[in-house]
Amino acid sequence: MKEVSSLIDRILFYALVPSFFILLYLIFIWSPVEKVMGVTQKIFYFHVGSAWVAFLAFFVVGYYSVRNLIKPNMKHFIFAGASAEIGVLFTTITLITGMIWGRASWNTWWSWEPRLVTTLILWFIYVAYLFIRKMDGSWEKIAKLSSVFGIIGCLNVPIVFMAIRWWNSKLHPIVFGEGKGQSGGGIEPEMLITLLFSVFTISLLYVFLMRKGAEIERMRVIVRNQKNKLMNKLAS
Amino acid sequence: MKDILSDAITIAGKDLSNEFKTKQTIGTMVIFSALVILVFSFAFDPTNNTVKAVIPGLIWVITIFSGTLGLNRSFVSELENNCLTGLRSAPIDVTSIYLGKTLANFTLVTIVQTISIPVLFLLFNYRFTGSLLWFILIVLSGTFGFIVVGTFLSALAANAKNSEMLLPVLLLPLLSPLMIAAVQATTIVLVNEQISDAIGWLQLMTAYDLLFLGACFLLFEFIMEGS
Repeated sequence: MKEVSSLIDRILFYALVPSFFILLYLIFIWSPVEKVMGVTQKIFYFHVGSAWVAFLAFFVVGYYSVRNLIKPNMKHFIFAGASAEIGVLFTTITLITGMIWGRASWNTWWSWEPRLVTTLILWFIYVAYLFIRKMDGSWEKIAKLSSVFGIIGCLNVPIVFMAIRWWNSKLHPIVFGEGKGQSGGGIEPEMLITLLFSVFTISLLYVFLMRKGAEIERMRVIVRNQKNKLMNKLAS
Repeated sequence: MKDILSDAITIAGKDLSNEFKTKQTIGTMVIFSALVILVFSFAFDPTNNTVKAVIPGLIWVITIFSGTLGLNRSFVSELENNCLTGLRSAPIDVTSIYLGKTLANFTLVTIVQTISIPVLFLLFNYRFTGSLLWFILIVLSGTFGFIVVGTFLSALAANAKNSEMLLPVLLLPLLSPLMIAAVQATTIVLVNEQISDAIGWLQLMTAYDLLFLGACFLLFEFIMEGS
């Protein structure tokens, strides 16, 4: 079991390194430069990839929270925590790349627009979730409390999106699909391939980080248990 | 279901009679909201006409700030003398504790609002011309959503040592859609625009209230098990 797990880790790692180089090549050399926005548009590939992972990580947290409430399980608890930590990281990257891109193309760092605000609120919910996990007490208790919050937070995200969409919506380009009265801007085939590859690579990175994060957390638990055992031995 | 409701009313009655005897929390909430209004009157000059635009926002800021004070006390006060353990071991459904606390907090915050909102209008020299019925409906449904989520999270935060600091951090992100709807609907009513525009926001608030009431109702059991 342990060997299989380390084999998966190794395969992931060896897949990850070349794909990142290919991704950089695709983004900076292969894909065409956008006509209006110029080179700044290249940040789009990282931005969309991290945004996708940020929301994916959140739904993974929700999924493991539900599993945890049905039946408390140390492994699911650890997975939810690792996913939330990676989620904070990728949400931060999404916000920062988004701001840089927004400054270049809309001439403003921030605008109160549905997707931006939803991402920001997602970030706050993630951080609050991690605060709950830092509470002291037995892991069963924290697992219950944090799972409850994870589920409530998951419920909230679509409502935030809807609310802000009603509030005002003008700036974000709708690239894919044709909504009502908002026809898609369209995308070059080379750009689409690069984008899909970037989403793939960043998702791979997410899986890799998730496995590593869970492993570190598991080691922490082992060390803590050993420490408690030793303390009890010394005390008695 | 009937048992849950009657138990909830008993618990709410206990909380309220306790509160009206000491008047500790409610007094602090009223004074605090008056102080927030005072600070805002320094921040925005009340004699300036454009200040009318911030009044809907102010109504919700004072509600949330003073409400959070009350919510903090709601479960932490039960920790003294292990009252919470007593409540949990009582032969009642756990969800009736949640409903009872929600009712008690809702009553408290509504009382504070009936004092603080007129004070806000007075100090900012605002003449109310909109439809009073709609205004009350919007304020009540917004406050109800706030209390539903707030009571739930205050039970959750009561498990932590620093629950006073934890509660706002947990609560405010979850309240954001409700607050957008509440502020927008209040603005529409106060500037006397067409009420039909406010109905969409009112529907959003109602949906939020019901959704979170249902979710918190089902999940509350797990919080009480955990503590």
